[in-house]
Amino acid sequence: MRPSSPATRWALVLLVALAAAPVLSALAGQMFYVFLLTKMMILALAAVSLNWILGYGNMPSFGHAGFLGIGAYTVAILSVRAAETQGGWLASTFVQLPLAAFFAAIAALVIGAVSLRTRGVYFIMITLAFGQMLFSLGEALEPYGGDDGMNLPLYATIGSADLSSGPVLYYLVLGLLVLALAGSHSLMQSPFGAVIRGAKSNETRLEALGVPVYRYRLAAFALAGAVCGLAGALLANQGGYVSPALAAWTYSAELVVIVMLGGAGTLFGPLFGALAVIGLEEVLSQYTEHWRIIFGPLLILVVLANRGGLSGLFRVRNNV
Amino acid sequence: MTLVLEQALNGVQLGVLLFLLAAGLTLVFGIMNFVNLAHGSLYMIGAYFAATFIPWSGSFIVGALLALAAAAAVGMAMEILIFRRLYHRDHLDQVLATFGLILFFNELVLMVWGPAGMTISVPTWLAGQVTVIPDVPYPAYRLAVLVAGLAAAAFLYVLVSRTRTGMRIRAGASDRKMAEALGVNIRLLFTGIAGLGAALAALAGLLAAPLRSVHAGMGEDILVLAFVVVVIGGIGSIRGAFVAALGVGLIDTIGRAFLPRTLDAILSDPIADAVAPALSTTLIYLTMVVVLAIRPRGLFPAPGL
Repeated sequence: MRPSSPATRWALVLLVALAAAPVLSALAGQMFYVFLLTKMMILALAAVSLNWILGYGNMPSFGHAGFLGIGAYTVAILSVRAAETQGGWLASTFVQLPLAAFFAAIAALVIGAVSLRTRGVYFIMITLAFGQMLFSLGEALEPYGGDDGMNLPLYATIGSADLSSGPVLYYLVLGLLVLALAGSHSLMQSPFGAVIRGAKSNETRLEALGVPVYRYRLAAFALAGAVCGLAGALLANQGGYVSPALAAWTYSAELVVIVMLGGAGTLFGPLFGALAVIGLEEVLSQYTEHWRIIFGPLLILVVLANRGGLSGLFRVRNNV
Repeated sequence: MTLVLEQALNGVQLGVLLFLLAAGLTLVFGIMNFVNLAHGSLYMIGAYFAATFIPWSGSFIVGALLALAAAAAVGMAMEILIFRRLYHRDHLDQVLATFGLILFFNELVLMVWGPAGMTISVPTWLAGQVTVIPDVPYPAYRLAVLVAGLAAAAFLYVLVSRTRTGMRIRAGASDRKMAEALGVNIRLLFTGIAGLGAALAALAGLLAAPLRSVHAGMGEDILVLAFVVVVIGGIGSIRGAFVAALGVGLIDTIGRAFLPRTLDAILSDPIADAVAPALSTTLIYLTMVVVLAIRPRGLFPAPGL
């Protein structure tokens, strides 16, 4: 977390590059990259929230994509209502995003209240099951497309523009991502963050000190759910489309891969992880449509090598 | 009433399939302390192998046995190449590596067998109907699935609790170091258990194949149900997995069949129509929540975990 560590420097360079990217792609006439980078940053935002619980707090949730789903469906439902009633305010970004975060937080409170009673592998499996429950709920939402999902009738509006515009969405996402990273930094330096990190290394001791660990964890879980719901709302607007697949457990696993690959419990790990995963997907899929046949074994090799993710890579190089 | 009995049979049949999957998961976890997400891939591979070997050999039984052997070989290869290197590592690492395996196998299946999926037809000698409940003809194949699953459960029970191999397995589960010191070849034992778990998952896959479709990714949905079973039963407990599997199978099947009608009778139509599908698909997860609220470590918590 030192301001001069190589990981931080690389992350700042990356963020500056991201801020300049739309201008460069416009000049190069390659607007596709704006679309791709937007998706990458939304996943990074979701991964930042997962990192709070999985990385810093040792709460390995495998149902985090469920909150993506809740955020996305909140947007879908509001957008349908807005289209039906001509109610412009329902389509406003400043209504949709807070509501998406709110509903995801409520769901996370309920799910967390049950799941956090368990530890370790039970926690992995229970969050997995809850995520899948949200996935089945999405499939049961027949008015909103059932298991096929649906196209958004309206994009969220922001002033006179709406989020169907690539650059508008891009800079909104970038802004939120920077905010989340800054929030991540101050949260984990705060007394609240100290409890979350402390509970990871020695829960019993914290309990003995009289800290109500469960409540802190639940608060962290709900907060992570809220931010992930926000990412889901952005993802719905990025694709103009929602489907239960957003909540599938394989999507949750992809978020875990992003966090672990980037370096769990490091500030910028989720950013590096998202860049690496989306970048790798993009590069590999240029060579073959069966890119997963390479990506899967690559993931196994990364786990076997166990270097603490990409952030760890920086650290190792720094120490040697 | 006969309808309830018929649905109950369907429920037990789903339960038996879930048990075959959950038994492998819980064995591998209970004994090797290893979380294998790719267990669903073995279910899928079993179905694909069977869909290939059955027409090739011209016999359902021979094809199925070949598929089981091949799936067991895949399971053992996975243990030797990957699991073995991760036993001492965090569960999260194990989950991540086996997620890599899922990606690999799903894509492999698409490349080898194509995106269209496969079908296995019910063997002709099981194509008819039988009458188990008076006046209700029941498909013979579904009944055969039920019987085969129960037979596999009985085999597993005898193997674990009545044989020398089973004694070694239990010894390995309760104290790995001590068992090793007493001369049990733990490495070989673990490879064997991985193979056994793989064969059980493949059996579930090939038995389910004529009733469902064979396609890439088929293992992922059922894997989550198997996890629910394992969690409800108590991780590491085969007995718990059996009880929970039958319970989950029954609750899911009967819930889907009767919940909408029951709600219709109680609530007004629009509310019932809105609530019923959501409630019947989430019923088993709610069951899990209730069980865990009362017993956070499942119905039959395995000792030493």
